[in-house]
Amino acid sequence: MATHAGESLKEPAVRVEGLHRSFSEAGGVLNGLDLTIDSGEFVALIGRSGSGKSTLLRALAGLDRSVAGSGVVDVPERVSVVFQDSRLLPWRRVLDNVVLGLSGPDPRARGLEALSEVGLEGRDKAWPHELSGGEQQRAALARSLVRDPQLLLADEPFGALDALTRIKMHKLLKKLYAAHNPAILLVTHDVDEAIALADRVIVLVDGVVGSDIRIDLGAKRSPGDPRFASLRAQLLAELGVVESVEEEVA
Amino acid sequence: MATTALEAPIVGVVSEKTVDERVVRRRLGPGPRVPGTLWIGPILLLGLWIVASATGVLDPRTLSEPWVVVETAQSLIADGRLPEALATSAYRASLGLLIGVGVGLVLALISGLSRVGEALIDGPVQVKRAIPSLALMPLLILWLGIGEPMKVITIALGVLIPIYIHTHNGLRGIDSRYAELAETVSLSRGAFVRHVVLPGATPGFLLGLRFAVLNALLSLVVVEQVNATSGIGHMITLASSYGQTEIIVVGLVVYALLGLVADGIVRIIERKALAWRRTLESH
Repeated sequence: MATHAGESLKEPAVRVEGLHRSFSEAGGVLNGLDLTIDSGEFVALIGRSGSGKSTLLRALAGLDRSVAGSGVVDVPERVSVVFQDSRLLPWRRVLDNVVLGLSGPDPRARGLEALSEVGLEGRDKAWPHELSGGEQQRAALARSLVRDPQLLLADEPFGALDALTRIKMHKLLKKLYAAHNPAILLVTHDVDEAIALADRVIVLVDGVVGSDIRIDLGAKRSPGDPRFASLRAQLLAELGVVESVEEEVA
Repeated sequence: MATTALEAPIVGVVSEKTVDERVVRRRLGPGPRVPGTLWIGPILLLGLWIVASATGVLDPRTLSEPWVVVETAQSLIADGRLPEALATSAYRASLGLLIGVGVGLVLALISGLSRVGEALIDGPVQVKRAIPSLALMPLLILWLGIGEPMKVITIALGVLIPIYIHTHNGLRGIDSRYAELAETVSLSRGAFVRHVVLPGATPGFLLGLRFAVLNALLSLVVVEQVNATSGIGHMITLASSYGQTEIIVVGLVVYALLGLVADGIVRIIERKALAWRRTLESH
């Protein structure tokens, strides 16, 4: 993979150039999008509904074979996907779901290790329906991580969880990211989630990168931090939302 | 109504004597399972038969008394006629069932997993579905004679259809998101069939199996009455020409037991194979 002059010295994990995707004659969902993600970089992708977030993610995951389009997509060899639903096979026990299609030496031992890493030790023999929504999503994370991905694609992975569970999952994802350091593309509609987790937030507008904002808040990020609040206001403005009175109170 | 609700005391409503009945029973489900309730209807019917026979309301020439039926069953078992007939019939039915299930399953898989297979198989099976297997018997007799092959194949043809239809339906009903997942974890075609297709189609297959068992029994009854020299059906046909209603009833009871046992076995398989499902029935 060639790096582009002036962009980064690191080898990029993802390189997208002039990506077009359209589902109908009327107009494209992605209109010549360019994007580079460095290896080990955590990028959050936000945008309004229909801005093409999921389409981009599916293009990177290679899940859009029947969609019309053109462009260059370079992704690493090992790519894992976490969906909004946990997508665990209901007829396979949790461990069997985690090691589904896993090759290499002793997959079950690695699966058990991944389960304990996401806090599900002892639940390996449970059926998926016996887990709570948060636990199911933890199992889905274990299924992704056990494959040691160079790129982790996450499509609103916490979107269906309640607020408290979501906070716990943020901590877990941070911990896992620190331990394994894959490149991550997190699609989300939650601006706070994007600022709290990512190194870089990309706002998608009409199928191209509207803005690309680096988050330099360090490891400890609190929504009470004035820089956090101003970033959030800036991102919400990009999305066309005007901040309410709540901002003054904070 | 709204005002009374507002005026109701909010503090201290939970007294120790109050039992929250909502947790006892799911409001829209069928409720908890009471063991043995399945037998109430049949036992009532049996009681009615005993009473009608004892009081003479029921003519023995129409239907023998229950105790005569029991004595007849005992003597038929003692002289070995019933066990022999039962063994012959059970063998026919299970061989036909086995062949029909195997062929139906293979056809459903080929047709469900490839467009070419669907084009070649689905049409003929749908046409066959419209022709009752029993209507094919005259042709099968011409081709195969009246021996065992004709009987077993007639049963297998009746079994094949429900197995095919329900398994195929189950296959097509598998959520496409699981196929997407299989692609993201790079499952091979074989692993995809093993981990996603077969387990996903199992509920449909088992439903088909329950219909198939009933069909096998139905076909068994017909092939045995048309031209058999052995089996339960032969025993019944013979008794019919001599006016022995007690033997006919014994034969019918044996058919019923065969059906119940077979259905029970399928239910047990179902419960084991579908342990991952949470349905109204199991909760």
